[in-house]
Amino acid sequence: MADKLRTQQQLEALQNKYVGTGHADTTKHEWTTNIMRDSYASYQGHPPLLHYMSIGMGQCIERTRKQCMDKMVLPCGPAPATEE
Amino acid sequence: MSDADFERVRRSQAERNAASGKFGKTDSSKQQSGNNKGISLTDNMDTDLYGGPERGDRYVASIPAGEEDEDDDMDGSGTNGSGRLIGQYTATDAQVNEWAQGDAAEGLDMMESKETQAQIASRESGYQKKRFQRDLSPSRDGKSYKEVMHERELEREEARVQKMIEEQRKETIADGKDSDEEMDGVQHEATLKLKDTAEGADGGNGDVEEKPRERKRKRRWDTSGEDAQTNGDAKVETNGTKTDGDQTDGVSASKRSRWDHIDAPATNGSAAAPAPSKTRKWDLAPAAGTAAPTQTNGAAPKAIPTFGTDLNARNAPLSDEELDAMFPKEGYKILTPPPGYEPTFAPAKRVVPAAPPAGSGGFMDQTPADAKAMGAQLPSEIPGVGDLQFFKKEDMAYFGKLVENVDENELTVEELKERKIMRLLLKVKNGTPPMRKTALRQLTDNARSFGAGPLFNQILPLLMEKTLEDQERHLLVKVIDRVLYKLDELVRPYVHKILVVIEPLLIDQDYYARVEGREIISNLSKAAGLAHMISTMRPDIDHVDEYVRNTTARAFAVVASALGIPTLLPFLKAVCRSKKSWQARHTGVKIVQQIPILMGCAVLPHLKGLVDCIGDNLNDEQTKVRTVTSLALAALAEASAPFGIESFDDILNPLWTGARKQRGKGLAGFLKAVGYIIPLMDEEYSNYYTGQIMEILLREFQSPDEEMKKVVLKVISQCAGTSGVTPGYLKETVLNDFFKSFWVRRMALDKRNYKQVVETTVDLGNKVGVGEIVDRVVVNLKDESEAYRKMTVETIEKVISAMGAADINERLEERLIDGILHSFQEQSVEDITLLNGFGTVVNALGTRCKPYMPQIVSTVLFRLNHRSPTVRQQAADLVTRIAIVIKQCGDDHLLSKLSSVLYEYLGEEYPEVLGSILGAMRSIVTVVGIHQMQPSIKDLLPRLTPILRNRHEKVQENTIDLVGRIADRGPESVNAREWMRICFELLDMLKAHKKGIRRAANNTFGFIAKAIGPQDVLATLLNNLRVQERQSRVCTAVAIGIVAETCAPFTVLPALMNEYRVPELNVQNGVLKALSFLFEYIGEMGKDYVYAVTPLLEDALIDRDQVHRQTAAAVVKHVALGVVGLGCEDAMLHLLNLLYPNLFETSPHVIDRVIEAIDAVRLAVGTGTVMNYVWAGLFHPARKVRVPYWRLYNDAYVQSADSMVPYYPVGEESGVTRREISVMI
Repeated sequence: MADKLRTQQQLEALQNKYVGTGHADTTKHEWTTNIMRDSYASYQGHPPLLHYMSIGMGQCIERTRKQCMDKMVLPCGPAPATEE
Repeated sequence: MSDADFERVRRSQAERNAASGKFGKTDSSKQQSGNNKGISLTDNMDTDLYGGPERGDRYVASIPAGEEDEDDDMDGSGTNGSGRLIGQYTATDAQVNEWAQGDAAEGLDMMESKETQAQIASRESGYQKKRFQRDLSPSRDGKSYKEVMHERELEREEARVQKMIEEQRKETIADGKDSDEEMDGVQHEATLKLKDTAEGADGGNGDVEEKPRERKRKRRWDTSGEDAQTNGDAKVETNGTKTDGDQTDGVSASKRSRWDHIDAPATNGSAAAPAPSKTRKWDLAPAAGTAAPTQTNGAAPKAIPTFGTDLNARNAPLSDEELDAMFPKEGYKILTPPPGYEPTFAPAKRVVPAAPPAGSGGFMDQTPADAKAMGAQLPSEIPGVGDLQFFKKEDMAYFGKLVENVDENELTVEELKERKIMRLLLKVKNGTPPMRKTALRQLTDNARSFGAGPLFNQILPLLMEKTLEDQERHLLVKVIDRVLYKLDELVRPYVHKILVVIEPLLIDQDYYARVEGREIISNLSKAAGLAHMISTMRPDIDHVDEYVRNTTARAFAVVASALGIPTLLPFLKAVCRSKKSWQARHTGVKIVQQIPILMGCAVLPHLKGLVDCIGDNLNDEQTKVRTVTSLALAALAEASAPFGIESFDDILNPLWTGARKQRGKGLAGFLKAVGYIIPLMDEEYSNYYTGQIMEILLREFQSPDEEMKKVVLKVISQCAGTSGVTPGYLKETVLNDFFKSFWVRRMALDKRNYKQVVETTVDLGNKVGVGEIVDRVVVNLKDESEAYRKMTVETIEKVISAMGAADINERLEERLIDGILHSFQEQSVEDITLLNGFGTVVNALGTRCKPYMPQIVSTVLFRLNHRSPTVRQQAADLVTRIAIVIKQCGDDHLLSKLSSVLYEYLGEEYPEVLGSILGAMRSIVTVVGIHQMQPSIKDLLPRLTPILRNRHEKVQENTIDLVGRIADRGPESVNAREWMRICFELLDMLKAHKKGIRRAANNTFGFIAKAIGPQDVLATLLNNLRVQERQSRVCTAVAIGIVAETCAPFTVLPALMNEYRVPELNVQNGVLKALSFLFEYIGEMGKDYVYAVTPLLEDALIDRDQVHRQTAAAVVKHVALGVVGLGCEDAMLHLLNLLYPNLFETSPHVIDRVIEAIDAVRLAVGTGTVMNYVWAGLFHPARKVRVPYWRLYNDAYVQSADSMVPYYPVGEESGVTRREISVMI
């Protein structure tokens, strides 16, 4: 019992630190949102990759970066209504 | 002054007021009904002896405890404010009270039972016991803030009048007049006005009345009827006017009138005969008239008296016949009790009074209160509760209701609820841990439906119980905590009651109790809100009782830390500037003092506000307020160091100028504040302000007061520590006086002074330099007082170790060595201080010691031969410390002389001494080297082998260290046979308790294996895997790992893997464990052996035994971590496949190892590959599957989130796409 409580607390602490971590009750939408955000953040964090993409898309790097940033807002659309 | 007294006085005054119709509402009727109930509950207990509300006044009455608020900030010595002329020469109030309370008296008893020792009350000081005098009556709740404040005012007024009367009496006694005449005059006048009401009383009344008045004993029986009559009447009839009220109050409050507070007319007029005895047994006379008490106690069923413990018989009031037989016929007169008299045995304080402690009467006290004796009386099982761990006599008073057989169907909902709560509380308090847990859960969950009232009405009286033990208190406090959380704002009406119970925890000696108390109060304040907390606690701020004010201040500080200082600041400001009473200001400042103590540097943002709040109180007219203000400033400065000097700007001037005006205790407080503020200042200011205060400090050097000495020393060291104070200044102005007043023999005798002086001298030394200090104290090394020499050595040691000996000139060096040798030789008790001092001095001087070396060594040699073991031990220890210096001085011949002497003493019988000798040996070996060692290693080592068998820890540690060193540096000097012998001895050492020994033994295995080759050592170790002891096996496994590391793995692995074929679980596990250590130690070297061990691991990972798989997982982890990036991915993937099904293990150790192993493999084979295993289960329909998968995912996410990005399973089918990533050029 106490163990369960502790794991719960640890998980909460972990999630405070790392937003992208999940647990058994994470919905698919939450998770995909997280991984999409992680992806876009990662692209922006790797300049060579961003450079490569911009060349491929035929636009300047900053524009691609901005696109990535924009897409981080609701990358998978709004959360589906929960059925209760 | 006890609360009981106040309560009594207050009650009578309230009644008077009620009679006069001045105040619409009083609680007297409530009190009265409470009284009646109380009687019925305690019919078979002698309230006279065993407490009840009036209990305290019997004792305190004799020595009025003085209303002066004794401030315990500086020290706890209580002064005696009584009317005695020689008050100082008798016991203090605290001491008297302690005995009076009974508990402390028992506390001193060596033979007291364990049970009593466990009780919190038995180890509390008299001051802490005051908590029992606080009022937990429900009266507070119904009252408005205004009423409460009014009540407090009345209490204060009572206290004031009482004090005045006390003083008056003191004066009259001092004047040598008969006090009664004075008093009578006054009273006479008062009663003249009330002549008409004074008719009912008879003359004898006053006689009895006079009785407890000790000082007037001579007049006891010959008082004139008239004045006694008036005396008594004034109180019985209660006067009509307010002014009169005050006057008579004074009389009634002077603690000798027993009749005055009686509420209702007496119903029984029998046997109120005057008695010379001081006990108040007569108050119970009416009960005697009715012979046996007829009321039966509803709650507590009658205990079946065991032989000799029948209290009823012995405690029953004496009958008239008995009294007739006891007293002489003449000289006594039987009086009728005055009209309006009724016996008072009304326990107004408790909801349910405690049952009388069965054994407390007479010599039968020694009857052990063990369970067997009580077996007949106390149920071990309460219906509806189950088996309890214990059930105490006292519990009966609270939980008695549960034992009765009642038909639950007939009870009302409220009663049912009450019983339910009672049952749960009993389970929590006395139950077994599992019972406790469920009961606590139920209480918490149903808290709101039970309601705050029923809950706290039962919990709080339990906490006031005198026989409460730590564990019970902890549990009950826990209940309150949980319940608070649930009740939230519903708790408001009970805040004060809870505070009364919890505040004492804040001054408990036990740290954890204090923490618990803080937690409760902080939760309480969060639940009730600031406004409510303030309005509840405000009346206690200027309470007459210092105890109440003190605890309230601490509680307020907790509230401040819980709700934030800024929210409380306006209130604090108002309180600190209160014009009405200095007590309020005192408490306000005390709150501010407690806040930094509680919060530390977190006060910094609000420092300015807090300082401003109390700044003006530095010039308060009351000394106590000034003192506590300075202490509060000290606390604030201490907490905020080294920042925040700006906030103190405003008070610097008042503080410094104030310090000039103060004397005694007040000055000590001011100096303390100065001492803490100076270190915050910058250079210039600290220089200036130190100069300003120094004059006073120097003056106070001569103070005889211990407290002042302590403060002065502390301030001096604080001043010396600041950068603004120059060495020159200190040398000029401070040092001479300092050494003159503090470096005297007397200082060394008191432990506290001793420490303080040494500390301050060292702090001064840090500033003025070693030479200056050592020069001044070095003469003391030849002083005749040993304690003084010790103090000198300690100071020198500390100064020199901090700053080295470069500052010491040649002449001083000579005197120093001479002195320290002298004091070393002269010591009568071998002391670590001298040893350290000698060692430090010699080490600091280094090669400068060369001229003195022969002398030192001959002293050591002489002492090594001493017959006292401690002297020998100390000499050996000294060798350990100075061996390196001897070598530096080039005196190798001295070293070899020493080592050969030490070698002779290896047969030492005292293990402590032997350990030291071995240590000395080791340090010599270290400095001279193996080959130059004088008794050659070949001779030395065989002598050590038998010593290895010694079980003493110190010996073991030193031998193993010495042997290890030899094995490391010069193994060739001994043959392999000898080493093998040592190996066998070492195996036993793996069982040692001390980790250092086990580690040294393991390392030695490595050295020996290196010296003589691994085969033989390994064989020994592998055999040792078969032993039963786990620790031994684990250490063997470690040793194998070490051997593998030192002798290359290929020499060990084949034999080790071969051992795995032994069909024995322990051995196989040991092998796996050894492999795990082996791979951990060899790291990258492991890549060559991965394919060799894979089949073995395969087998282990699919074993049926959990532990097997667990250990195998550990091996996989270490292998994988070793081969990251070295191209063993195929093997790792293979192992992962075998490992992965273990993910669903539930045993915590197993699952932890497995997850670690998977994480390690992820590093070795790459995140993408392993994540492909993980995606499958993240959204599995079964939660049992999802949980471990998410754990893996989270671990991966935390450790390598970025490398996961390319492998996320996104694409058209999952509805989300990352088009950017599919760009191709």
